[in-house]
Amino acid sequence: MAFQGTLVIDTEKCKGCGVCIVGCPKKVIALSKKVNHKGYNYLEMVNEAECIGCANCAVVCPDGVITVYRAKI
Amino acid sequence: MTREEIIKNGELVYRRTPVLTDNVMHYCPGCGHGTIHRLIAEVIEEMGIQDKTIGISPVGCSVFAYNYFDVDFVEAAHGRAPACATAIKRLNTDKFVFTYQGDGDLAAIGTAETIHACNRGENITMIFVNNAIYGMTGGQMAPTTLLGMKTVTCPYGRTVEANGYPLKITDIIASLPGTYYVTRQAVFTPAHVRKCKQAIRKAFENQKLKKGVSFVEIVSNCNSNWKMPATKANEWLEANMLPFYPLGDLKTPEK
Repeated sequence: MAFQGTLVIDTEKCKGCGVCIVGCPKKVIALSKKVNHKGYNYLEMVNEAECIGCANCAVVCPDGVITVYRAKI
Repeated sequence: MTREEIIKNGELVYRRTPVLTDNVMHYCPGCGHGTIHRLIAEVIEEMGIQDKTIGISPVGCSVFAYNYFDVDFVEAAHGRAPACATAIKRLNTDKFVFTYQGDGDLAAIGTAETIHACNRGENITMIFVNNAIYGMTGGQMAPTTLLGMKTVTCPYGRTVEANGYPLKITDIIASLPGTYYVTRQAVFTPAHVRKCKQAIRKAFENQKLKKGVSFVEIVSNCNSNWKMPATKANEWLEANMLPFYPLGDLKTPEK
């Protein structure tokens, strides 16, 4: 059974620490070149098709900015 | 499948728990405090005890914890959280009472309160965040600072001659008869976060048994005062902190 996942990222609350990027097993996420209103390079999905919805990124996020959905494919 | 279809038809795997308020935390990017707050809030949500929980926040970085939890909170004087928790728990025996303290609060100024609350076997949960440094005041040496570690008050590294040995307060607490469950966890990888959540859950559930203090030490980072990026700080934590503060249960309930 395979899953495809996707993330909803609260970019205004993201502080760009990058802890989630290390935790992602599929290298789906990276820091954006753009910044939010506080000046942090926020998180974005760069490889959306690879996401399996494991929620590792959301589990380590210190600020709880990531919501994870997944569906069977 | 497109992103919209997954969100519409798929299952929700993870969302920020509503026990945390919508306030943006003041912690530095990558700080373990945010993760630990979230874990405690998730445990409170899962146990359905939001209206029965009273937290005690310390002095230190987590002094504003009451702004982030949607539960009742008391702000204690520096180091006195276990004393406050004792009074609250004795007067409200049906409530879940937890203290949330850092290493400067619990292991330095609050050593007496901590040790005596644990020795009396108060029926509370204590969360101890150990990042081996004083975070809020600008990175001074803490009792838990490792040997050789540089801080602003020991700029050439901590030495035994000048500063003595680092204090393993959790080992001391595990030797006291009043404690029921003592464990040491970390939150720098997804696997450690999941394990830590189970430990916090166990520590809260032990309050129903009325057997004594449940104590959870969480080895955390302080990237601002360690002067490293968040991901480097986590690597440093794994390489230096964990050999001295090994993870695992120090005292588990006898079965």
